[in-house]
Amino acid sequence: MADQRALYEQVILDHNKSPRNYGEMECPDHKAEGYNALCGDQFTIFLKMGDGDIIEDISFEGAGCAISKSSASVMTTMLKGKTQDEAKALFTGFTEMLTSDVDTPFDIEVVGKAQVFSGVREYPVRVKCATLAWHTLMSALEDADGTVSTE
Amino acid sequence: MSIETSTFDVQTIRKDFPILEKARPHGKSLVYLDNAASNQKPQAVIDAITHYYTHQNSNVHRGIHHLSQVATLHYDAVREKVRDFFNAPSAQEIVFTSGNTDAINLVAQSYGGAFLSEGDEVVITEMEHHSNIVPWQMICEKTGATLRIAPINDDGEVIAEEYETLLNEKTKFVSIVYVSNALGTVNPVKEMTRLAHDAGAAVLLDAAQAAPHMRIDVQDLDCDFLTISPHKMCGPTGIGALYGKAELLDKMPPFKGGGDMILSVTFDETIYNEVPYKFEAGTPNIAGVIGLGAAIDYMMGIGLDQIEAHEAELLAYGTKILQQVDGLRMIGTANHKAGVLGFVLEAAHPHDIGQILDGEGVAIRAGHHCAQPVMKHFGIPATARASLSLYNTKEDLDALVVALGNVNEMFG
Repeated sequence: MADQRALYEQVILDHNKSPRNYGEMECPDHKAEGYNALCGDQFTIFLKMGDGDIIEDISFEGAGCAISKSSASVMTTMLKGKTQDEAKALFTGFTEMLTSDVDTPFDIEVVGKAQVFSGVREYPVRVKCATLAWHTLMSALEDADGTVSTE
Repeated sequence: MSIETSTFDVQTIRKDFPILEKARPHGKSLVYLDNAASNQKPQAVIDAITHYYTHQNSNVHRGIHHLSQVATLHYDAVREKVRDFFNAPSAQEIVFTSGNTDAINLVAQSYGGAFLSEGDEVVITEMEHHSNIVPWQMICEKTGATLRIAPINDDGEVIAEEYETLLNEKTKFVSIVYVSNALGTVNPVKEMTRLAHDAGAAVLLDAAQAAPHMRIDVQDLDCDFLTISPHKMCGPTGIGALYGKAELLDKMPPFKGGGDMILSVTFDETIYNEVPYKFEAGTPNIAGVIGLGAAIDYMMGIGLDQIEAHEAELLAYGTKILQQVDGLRMIGTANHKAGVLGFVLEAAHPHDIGQILDGEGVAIRAGHHCAQPVMKHFGIPATARASLSLYNTKEDLDALVVALGNVNEMFG
């Protein structure tokens, strides 16, 4: 089972079991829903933007596999206090890491603790699981009212 | 009917399927339990396709040269094999299609397009595969007919009274799944067909998940149409077969236009070929048909009753030992089931189950199984599904249970 352990890092299992910042937010300024039609994963991201640029608070709720749920959880822990541009840079770094070849090095400085998902690169069908919450975040920041899909 | 299970030796049968030994997923022995998606091919089917391309390849129904005649002879002979497999009255009632989905679309578009109109009703069940939902939604939208859904109970059985209540003089077509791909439920299709006929409706039985596991007899069932998915019954992909009563096929318009489906063409008038050729436009999947013939020979050689008895024993065993897995809930607990063990675990999402099992060499399916209304009924996004074929063993199911223990250990 060694190869599967590489995918399910302890941090991922922990966030799956005890997701952080989980639950509906009262009076969010922004929210968006993400849906993966193929596997049924579904998450809503809630945001409170202070002066309009800083993410003051973030939470999520929904259901999905361990990869999608823990990715949403880890994401929320990285974004409090970040500006919109910083959040977008993280999104870009994260999606670039996941869509690169297994042997391609990635910048740990850029992806931070989301690096635990680097093992997902070896399982292309699971990449959409890891990116669902992040795509939903982008939609919430743009306040595009609707549902995003990683299909 | 006496069943000679003593002649069924699963270890001998396993030797007929080279992939069971040759495939080494992640360096492990293959435990293949994704048969409802597509099952494995015996050497006889692989050899028949190779033999066709090596010795007989040519187009059918066209040439006067030797190879074309040989190819046509073998191609048409398979129609008789399928007739025998279905116990259909005539080989003319067998139409080759590109798959089960294509066969249902043929009936929906051709029969539905010609004979459905506003105010008419089409009845399907809540447990249909998307391929027996969407074609009817499409033709209902086009014709103004209404699609009605027969609901299921929490065991995954069609609620008989609700089904009967739905049938009325407006019901023109009933299309039902014989065995559910997501739940394993074997529907009482003979009785359901009789009730539909009493209401004056024509009936299609989607036998994609039935044909791999049991004897099909279209005369006994008295259905008007029946469809199969050969790649789930030891045959190749890209081929399907439709049975239709001759008098209905005769009055149905063609589904697709092209070569082979015509008798003569001028720019003023085209005269269609007789059935079944009227429905087989273009060069068919000849190698696929040859492979289907070999698959039917293989399955009938073993015996459908023997296969059914072997799988019933496996299903009972699997149902029993899965109860030992912590936090496991079966989805699909009908009284009469075939081939499918669907379940969810408290500790892990079906996709994570599938991923961990894959690491152990155990291939199952995780997802909504193209039956999203079924998932909605049970209030879940997905299930994990182990599905059986004639070559599976109790050891395969033991391996499944051990691997599920690993999932619980990891996610619990």
